[in-house]
Amino acid sequence: MKSLRRYIDRIKPHFEKGGKFEKLQSTFEGFETFLFVPDRVTTSGSHIRDSIDMKRTMIVVVIALLPALLFGMYNSGYQHFLATGDTRPFWPVLGYGFMQVFPLIVVSYVTGLTIEFIFAQIRGHEINEGFLVSGMLIPLVMPVDVPLWMVAVSTAFAVIIGKEVFGGSGMNVLNPALTARAFLFFAYPAEMTGDQVWIAGMKQGTGIPDGYSGSTALGELAQNLTGRIPADLDSFLGFIPGSVGETSKLAILIGAFILIYTGVGSWKIILSVFAGGLFMGLVFNAFAANEYMALPAYKHFLLGGFAFGAVFMATDPVTASQTETGKWIYGILTGMLAILIRVLNPAYPEGMMLAILLMNVFAPLIDYYVVESNVKRRLKRLKRSRMVEEGKHNPE
Amino acid sequence: MSRVFSVRKGLNISLAGRAEKVFAKVEPSDLYALKPPDFHGLVPRLQVKEGADVKAGSVLFTDKNRPDICFTSPVSGKVTSINRGERRIILEVVVKADKDNVYETFRTGDPFTMSREDIVDNLLKSGLWPVLRQRPYNIIANPRDVPKSVFISAFDSAPLAPDYDFIIMGMEEDFQAGINVLSRLTPGKVHININDEYPASTAFSQARYAQVNRFRGPHPSGNVGVQIQRVDPLNKGEIIWVLNVQDVVTIGRLFKTGKYDLSRVVALTGSEVKNPRYYRTTGCSSIHHLVRDNVREGQNRYISGNVLTGTRIASEGFLGYYDSQITVIPEGNHFEFLGWAMPGFNKYSASRTFWSWLLPRREYVVDTNLHGGQRAFVLTGLYEKVFPMDIHPMQLLKAIMAEDIDQMEKLGIYEVAEEDFALCEFVDPSKTEMQALVRKGLDTMIREMS
Repeated sequence: MKSLRRYIDRIKPHFEKGGKFEKLQSTFEGFETFLFVPDRVTTSGSHIRDSIDMKRTMIVVVIALLPALLFGMYNSGYQHFLATGDTRPFWPVLGYGFMQVFPLIVVSYVTGLTIEFIFAQIRGHEINEGFLVSGMLIPLVMPVDVPLWMVAVSTAFAVIIGKEVFGGSGMNVLNPALTARAFLFFAYPAEMTGDQVWIAGMKQGTGIPDGYSGSTALGELAQNLTGRIPADLDSFLGFIPGSVGETSKLAILIGAFILIYTGVGSWKIILSVFAGGLFMGLVFNAFAANEYMALPAYKHFLLGGFAFGAVFMATDPVTASQTETGKWIYGILTGMLAILIRVLNPAYPEGMMLAILLMNVFAPLIDYYVVESNVKRRLKRLKRSRMVEEGKHNPE
Repeated sequence: MSRVFSVRKGLNISLAGRAEKVFAKVEPSDLYALKPPDFHGLVPRLQVKEGADVKAGSVLFTDKNRPDICFTSPVSGKVTSINRGERRIILEVVVKADKDNVYETFRTGDPFTMSREDIVDNLLKSGLWPVLRQRPYNIIANPRDVPKSVFISAFDSAPLAPDYDFIIMGMEEDFQAGINVLSRLTPGKVHININDEYPASTAFSQARYAQVNRFRGPHPSGNVGVQIQRVDPLNKGEIIWVLNVQDVVTIGRLFKTGKYDLSRVVALTGSEVKNPRYYRTTGCSSIHHLVRDNVREGQNRYISGNVLTGTRIASEGFLGYYDSQITVIPEGNHFEFLGWAMPGFNKYSASRTFWSWLLPRREYVVDTNLHGGQRAFVLTGLYEKVFPMDIHPMQLLKAIMAEDIDQMEKLGIYEVAEEDFALCEFVDPSKTEMQALVRKGLDTMIREMS
């Protein structure tokens, strides 16, 4: 690695101010710090620092997403061949899925990172690592058949309007990956909903069985077709149609474990989203005015993007509540809203996306009240001590 | 009966190089220096010239804004140099010691028969006043104030910190004498806070004219700010004075003998020290005689104080005014190939993002590398895990960044000092300079409130 380091040191002056390529300084720095943790030492405050940095944090999230991604690839192939009626061995199935999903990832990363690099250069900042995660999340929340240009457009929208206009990573109000999905959902509803999009290669091409429906369970439920939801085990393992990363609850559970164990994701949020969802589901069960309301509450966790949203989207630390008490409130409301939207509004079969985005908007308000209660406690203490003080001066 | 307070949040960073509980013998240094930057916000007015002869207790400089606060020489000898920095700021006033220490004489007496005025005057004249620091703001106490209480943390929970129960051996009487003096300075109580997890020296646990409180839990349970918030929280407009254990001893000696006797015990610690031990030396002494031939090869950082809050000094630099610890750790000015992606079996982290959690209870050698670049705040909940006060740390820091005075006050700026944010700064993946930020906030408040 010494020769690489020497090479970097040699070309570095060209990228510094006044060099030939000073316009690419942020880009160069991005790659340099990617290859080598910098030699910068502490100058003020604590002389030692934790080994963790933003890159490490983000890479942990990406690792936590890998099980969902790999299964998503396999399932894309599996669903395709299931629909066409072919039976194929494991590798060709995975291979087909890989060919469907990999381009989505490439497009999302290339689009997003290009914009990030440009903004970093304009602002004279280092590259923010936030997009390492967003870039992986975006393909995972898309239907596998979404056209690549739409991925590019929605990613660009999410990064520019969702993040950079607010000041970049750490300043955004809405979760960027969900912003991308919501953009497509409202701009190109035909490509994001309905029966045609969830299984790869079903819109055109040969071998499509007549009268085939590849709708998701939630789509069916929204039409009160409760009889057609898949078996619990299939939903848990993930052999159902749906967005790329959301189908396997097992893979998501592994991811959740990694996030919680490393301390990167907030267990409070994950737990409280499920608690909120369960509560709302039970409330509906109690009324059970229609078949959807009567759907056993736990089944909501197995269907659609609820689990994926709870583990990977609601926990985004920038857009979630930032106070510890606030996290409980934020999580419970997110879970409740998601089920509420699912069951009561058939226009939006998947409630999770809107629930999280809505709570992203309300998170600062929740934090405000949590912080305010701390302030009130302090003022009360001050008042009490003043009263004691006065009592001392006037013994009456 | 003393109350027990449990501190649940915090972090004990397990570092290599804890001082062995042995008093090592070493020839005393002949160079001593008083460093104005040790006293935040001080504008010094020099009272001596280079070449002047001084005794232990002779005034070297005074506070320009509060001229009755004197800073006096720790030993007798000759002022050899006055070292200045940028814009001629005085960095060090160096005194070369004589063979035998000659002392200025100050008043002796029983604090219980002296008037409070005389006690304050004796502390001011002898140069011992600056050991009293006030909360809020963490600056030298104002002689005109009357604090609602006085706090002494009798244990230091910081990494590799010296053990005061060990240090105090042989100085128990002077400590009590110091407590007697302090009890006259406040109408309230003198609080001595001890660690409940092991038996404390009787000098602390059985001290008279003071209230003893017991604390359990990880660092920062030994931080006096944390203790104040639990025992006697500071409200707006109130003042509490704090001081270190060894300074209590020095005050006791002054009132018994009339001498400004700055002898103290210093722990030499850190992974790069060959024989980490305790030394009997004098405050403000050069550390050269302690670290010479006792430190491993390589580029090292010398710190007066602990790794979290200490001050960087040179290998022949001087012990800080408030410090009883010297730490030597390796510098981290090297690149690391894909360091953020490696498993990291030997990397210390409070999170479990490195594989080092597989091998717990180990002592780590941690260098000064920053391990990353500065970013905006992204992760949340991390700081709260190591911050045991009833304050929202991130929100307070953001208020300081925004210079929102009203909000800073509401969120508890009066209750904190830089050191309370040291652990937050350590765990921060965004590498924010939090202690500097808190200091900036405190300075803003001082400006606004005066």
